[in-house]
Amino acid sequence: MSLIVCRDLVKTYSMGETDVHALRGVSLTITAGECVAIMGASGSGKSTVMNILGCLDVPTSGTYELDGVDVSTLGANRLADIRNRKIGFVFQNFNLIPRTTARENVQLPLFYRGIPSREQQALALRALERVGLAGRERHHPSQLSGGQQQRVAIARALVTNPILILADEPTGNLDSQASREIMDMLTRLNTQEKMTIVLVTHEPEIAQYAHRVITMKDGIILSDRPVAESQASPVVMEQAGG
Amino acid sequence: MNLLAMTVLVAFRILSRHRLRSALTMLGIIIGVGAVIAMVSIGQGAKAAVQAQIATYGTNVITVYPGSINVSGVRTGLGGAVTLTSADIEELGKLPHVTDVGWSRREAVQIVHENRNWFTSVNGVVLGYLTIRNWSLDAGDLFIQTDIDAASKVILLGKTVVDNLFLPGEDAIGATVRLKNIPFRVVGTLAAKGFDSRGTDQDDVVFIPFSTAERKVMGTKFIGSIGAGFLSAEAPEYMDQVAADVKRVLRQRHKIRGDQDDDFTVRNQLDTVKLQEGTSESMTLMLLAVASISLLVGGIGIMNILLVSVTERTREIGIRMAVGAKRRHILLQFLVEAVVISAFGGLIGVVIGVAGAKVASNFAGWPTIISSHSMFIAFGFSALVGVFFGLYPANKASRLNPIDALRYE
Ligand SMILES: Nc1ncnc2c1ncn2[C@@H]1O[C@H](COP(=O)(O)OP(=O)(O)OP(=O)(O)O)[C@@H](O)[C@H]1O
Ligand SMILES: [Mg+2]
Repeated sequence: MSLIVCRDLVKTYSMGETDVHALRGVSLTITAGECVAIMGASGSGKSTVMNILGCLDVPTSGTYELDGVDVSTLGANRLADIRNRKIGFVFQNFNLIPRTTARENVQLPLFYRGIPSREQQALALRALERVGLAGRERHHPSQLSGGQQQRVAIARALVTNPILILADEPTGNLDSQASREIMDMLTRLNTQEKMTIVLVTHEPEIAQYAHRVITMKDGIILSDRPVAESQASPVVMEQAGG
Repeated sequence: MNLLAMTVLVAFRILSRHRLRSALTMLGIIIGVGAVIAMVSIGQGAKAAVQAQIATYGTNVITVYPGSINVSGVRTGLGGAVTLTSADIEELGKLPHVTDVGWSRREAVQIVHENRNWFTSVNGVVLGYLTIRNWSLDAGDLFIQTDIDAASKVILLGKTVVDNLFLPGEDAIGATVRLKNIPFRVVGTLAAKGFDSRGTDQDDVVFIPFSTAERKVMGTKFIGSIGAGFLSAEAPEYMDQVAADVKRVLRQRHKIRGDQDDDFTVRNQLDTVKLQEGTSESMTLMLLAVASISLLVGGIGIMNILLVSVTERTREIGIRMAVGAKRRHILLQFLVEAVVISAFGGLIGVVIGVAGAKVASNFAGWPTIISSHSMFIAFGFSALVGVFFGLYPANKASRLNPIDALRYE
């Protein structure tokens, strides 16, 4: 079934005299369980699409249905609820709260969901274990490497068991080794947990982890094609083989 | 509850991260609350002291003087005609709600004991006077009715007079002192009353029976003329009525016609109390003004620092919103921060104010009364200031757009 259905998304920023057309009509359908990569030149509107998909921003016009709900009509509180329950975010710059421990960062979505404190802690610790950060739960972001910080961010995204993970250039600030680890983790969430993943990347190698690549240019979708079986990522191959 | 507790915890953590900043922000509230607590304590102490002083005059006392005081404050009709007599006062004793009456006559005299002498005022009094004016004994006995009836040469000495006529440790009771060369036997010494509200030493006084004064010491042109009459009312609420009755009866007895001035003056103790209450009321109003100004300044300080904090933490707000924080969560977080600052400041202010009042009372010898009432009010108000001045920044933070907040540089 379709998890995401977008029709004619338009986003226009008015900058005084001139208007910036970030999106000029994007229609997109993503099925539950897919792993989609969005590519395109800088300024082509990738992040704008992601922010709308993540209910962080609203389109100027067009409709967006997430999990059967028309999101375009919802108020701020309902959107906060949807972000909390259905979506996990991974950002290029990690976006962890500074001077706050890894565990507390991971707990944050559970806190706003109103889960009892003990349960929050237990779930956060388990999520940190899953991203290979057991024992680092008391570290502050500044005491962790970039790759580790991004893993904390992934733990925070998955701790609520969302149906959708949105990752905007999750490896943009990482070296190739750390990038590979992060991508492995994300693809595992896709294959094992059946979470739908949409990621933005500039690197073709990273895009190879996805099943489908959408290319954008100047606020429209230029191409939308599946990744050829032969080009599938090594990890997927390994798992398929093993 | 869990949410609130966590929010308070986070607020404490964030404030302790910027200790100096938080402390400086609190300063306005601390100074305001501290000053108010100290001043209220001192003010209440002073009020109690004045009330105690007023009470040394007696309770619910109405005083009648011969002669009237005209608009310019000059007493007229004194010295010449005799305008007030013991018979007048006795008659006033029959008025409703009057429990006791008494009268006195005063003269300045030299009093001698052995080789010492002292210039004081002698008062010829009746028993009612001593009761109404609340004189109690330090040692010995008061007059008895037979002393009055027989015009006995007995005397009661005030503390100041005792101190000046007798050596320390020397027993005054039973001693003989001379007034105008007339020997008097000391039957009692009086408990000290201290200074009255005009600064007069109330203990620099001696009492002899009214009859003795009239017949043997002062001499009189007219039997029964008195210096002042005293009435005590049953309760404060009757005092105005009694004062009015006194006026009416005296005008009648003195045959004063409608348009003529009184030849006497009635003084109601309640007026003194009211005057004093008026002073303390205006003092309270001034305190209130000082308090509100300093709390206002403190509140603006809190608002200012919170606005800075909201700007600094815009990204954090964005992150919180991205993971599901609703407007009310963000609102609560900043509001709690404001209240923690102001309530904490208020608490410190209370402590400093109490300490200040104690120090002031120790050094300056002022009495202070520290009421838990004023402490709670000051604390509560400072917390309210936090809510009030935190509301705008907190609301501003909660209305941020998630994506704008996340993108904030
Ligand atoms: N808040 C904004 N105000 C004005 N213009 C904006 C704003 N956000 C984005 N834009 C404009 O919208 C267009 C698309 O921006 P977007 O961030 O989606 O690009 P992108 O594809 O993510 O680029 P990059 O690969 O560099 O991240 C750009 O031209 C950008 O300048
Ligand atoms: Mg981008």
